[in-house]
Amino acid sequence: MLKTFDCDNLRSRLRTPRPKNSAFGTKIKMISGCSKRLSSKAAASEAARRTFRYVEPLSDARTPLAAFFSILLVIAWLLLSLPAWAHKPSDSYLSLSVEHDQVEGRWDIALRDLADAIGLDRDGNGQLTWGEVRDAHGEIGTYALSRLMLSAGTRSCTIQMLEQLIDHHTDGAYSVLRFHSNCGGPIGRLRVDYRLLFDIDAQHKGLLRLTQGGQTNTAIFSRESAVQEFSVAERSRWAESRQFIHEGIRHIWLGFDHVLFLLVLLLPAVLILAEGRWQAAGEFSSVCWNVFSIVTAFTVAHSLTLTLAALDVVRLPSRLVESTIAASVVLAGLGNLYPAMTSRRWLIAFGFGLIHGFGFAAVLTDLGLPHDSLLLSLVSFNVGVEIGQLAIVAAFLPLAFMIRRSWFYPRLVLTGGSLAVIAIALVWFTERAFDVQLFPI
Amino acid sequence: MIRFRSLTVLAVLGWFTLSQVGIAFPEPYRPTDDAQVLERLSFKVTDPAAREIENLRADLRNNPRHLESAVKLATRYIEQGRSEGDPRFLGQAQAVLTTWWNEVTPPPAMLLLRATIRQNAHEFSEALADLDQVLVVQPTNTQAWLTKASILQVQARYDEARRACQRLARLAASHVLLGCLGDIAGVTGQSAKSQELLRQVLSAPTFSGRERIWIATILAETAVRTGAIREAEEYFAEAFKVGIKDQYLLGVYADFLLDQGRYRDVVSLLQSETRADGLFLRLALAEQALRLPAFQSHTAELAARFAASRERGTTVHVREEARFTLALLRDAQRALPLAQANWNVQREPADARILLECALADGNRAAAQPVLDWLNASHVEDLRLRQLAKQIEDTAS
Repeated sequence: MLKTFDCDNLRSRLRTPRPKNSAFGTKIKMISGCSKRLSSKAAASEAARRTFRYVEPLSDARTPLAAFFSILLVIAWLLLSLPAWAHKPSDSYLSLSVEHDQVEGRWDIALRDLADAIGLDRDGNGQLTWGEVRDAHGEIGTYALSRLMLSAGTRSCTIQMLEQLIDHHTDGAYSVLRFHSNCGGPIGRLRVDYRLLFDIDAQHKGLLRLTQGGQTNTAIFSRESAVQEFSVAERSRWAESRQFIHEGIRHIWLGFDHVLFLLVLLLPAVLILAEGRWQAAGEFSSVCWNVFSIVTAFTVAHSLTLTLAALDVVRLPSRLVESTIAASVVLAGLGNLYPAMTSRRWLIAFGFGLIHGFGFAAVLTDLGLPHDSLLLSLVSFNVGVEIGQLAIVAAFLPLAFMIRRSWFYPRLVLTGGSLAVIAIALVWFTERAFDVQLFPI
Repeated sequence: MIRFRSLTVLAVLGWFTLSQVGIAFPEPYRPTDDAQVLERLSFKVTDPAAREIENLRADLRNNPRHLESAVKLATRYIEQGRSEGDPRFLGQAQAVLTTWWNEVTPPPAMLLLRATIRQNAHEFSEALADLDQVLVVQPTNTQAWLTKASILQVQARYDEARRACQRLARLAASHVLLGCLGDIAGVTGQSAKSQELLRQVLSAPTFSGRERIWIATILAETAVRTGAIREAEEYFAEAFKVGIKDQYLLGVYADFLLDQGRYRDVVSLLQSETRADGLFLRLALAEQALRLPAFQSHTAELAARFAASRERGTTVHVREEARFTLALLRDAQRALPLAQANWNVQREPADARILLECALADGNRAAAQPVLDWLNASHVEDLRLRQLAKQIEDTAS
């Protein structure tokens, strides 16, 4: 039997906490000394004695104000540092994003915890600098990866550290470990074996955020539940294709250059050129046919190059592609001002559509094309782009058709609008071709 | 000229927008300066506390199954955690005890520490079970009786708490017994008697340090509850005069100042107390009353902390969260369930107060009923609680 807490024996200090409401819900009132014989000695800790002497002259304070100031003085005396972060139990934040047989990971581990585990404070001054952390990147990586195992079924996944950065959570600075994991085959069930810090902090938790196929699940690893398995849902084809359709729509809306190009081509669609002058087109059906030919030509062209680029058959430097897209908008605008080749507008749409397709491909590559359903995602993305285009046409055409006879349509809308678009596109062209920033946004 | 000006305006707007985006979505970064300090640790290598802990760790490393070394190190961690208000140390203490943690009949010393750790996690019934197990083997374990009394008091099981205190009569010095009993008496309708006894205890110079803070704080709290403002201030001063930093004392004193409308004093008292959520909350409350600019950022910071705590699935800060939600977010509807959940775990005057305030703000008299029952059944003496109860009765009728 141990006697550490036996009053007759011990170092004469006995303490009991009472749960109340301080920082972590714990009221801390301590009692020391079990017998009178020992207690007076017990209190004579060094800090207490030093501080006691310091405040002594103020002890006669009797008014509330004086009492308050004496309290402030003591507090000022007790303050050793000015901490800025919260006190919080230890957590790490693990994000895993599953794509086919690959897992992309981000793991935020508190520098404090790393310091406790592997000792980062080289100079022992109680402060961790970026230099100290950076020098320990190798050790941090080795330590962290030895505490995390990913496996898909019976295959264990290899983990490769990519980079280590810094981020802040409510309780201070964290080392952010980015890694890439390869499971060597499709992942049906992902098994995560998490063992970080449990040996030195039993209340440590690992907060997991698992992303797969646009869905995010969360889970908590604790010492009692260190190994967990997640079924990586059979990504339904429909959900995947819907995701790519959505991205397609999003891109046509966010990529202003495509929208402007299309609009510029459509502006004269409600007019016909007769004897060198713009006149209102007669029937809605003929206008529709005109528009249909332009949009289809554009679509066919960009689908073609998009596919070629996505399959890596053709590859063009992005600076060239982006500048040419800007130039295409300028030329399309000029075409409206000098309507020499109006009857062949679908040809312009097709020609420049080819280059716009390379622009879409860059986006698709950023999204990460699934290897096993390449065709489906390509088609879906194209369908999305198409839906986006149709929405623009649907919004534009009726309005333009209604006001096509007014005096201001040819002058203000067609000429003015084309001029404005040319101006914008010229700025883009200059920025993209010469890699300069003309406007801050 | 005009174009130049509008371009400037545009540039400023763009810059502003980008900076806003940067704040809203912080991204991990790579610092550029090697000397940039990223984190401050609890200890320098040269700190005596660090040396002590390092020695204890070394002992345990050499002899991992040696209970005495483990108990010493765990005790040291718990002490450290309390004086800093830092729960990481409690997790470390628990890790040190791993070997014995899941035994069916762990040694009493280990049980006592486990009870303390569980008490801190608000696992009160588990903590009480541990203590009872200790007391079966060691019926004269002073620490176990004290801890048991304090848990029972938090659960508003006053008769049992009193009985636990009484067991201290022959085990500890008289001031320990009187403190234990006086604390309960001060809440349950015998404040005059409690004050009288404890005042005598405090005037005897036989003890100091934490014990003195403990007794003086009980006296101050009792005085606050009975509305003796001046007296309370003196007892608070008495407690602070001891010169040991005590998180709980700072908290009750800040509450006292807030109730007096002395917001500036709260700000000067707690200015640098931003680590512990409880104290940080009181600082933000004072800043709100003074309309200080720091109030906004501090409220956002507190919200982030409560979110982080919820994310890890622990519910130790529910009282603070209820108070935060009611007073700073002004959302009585969301605060009330928090205050109710907290009341199911802790039943001290502060817990009663936040539940009454939430019920009042939400116009929900039924929610206040458990507290009203507690007030009457335990003859609770507390001016502010009685006022709130009366307000609730008035609005209901």
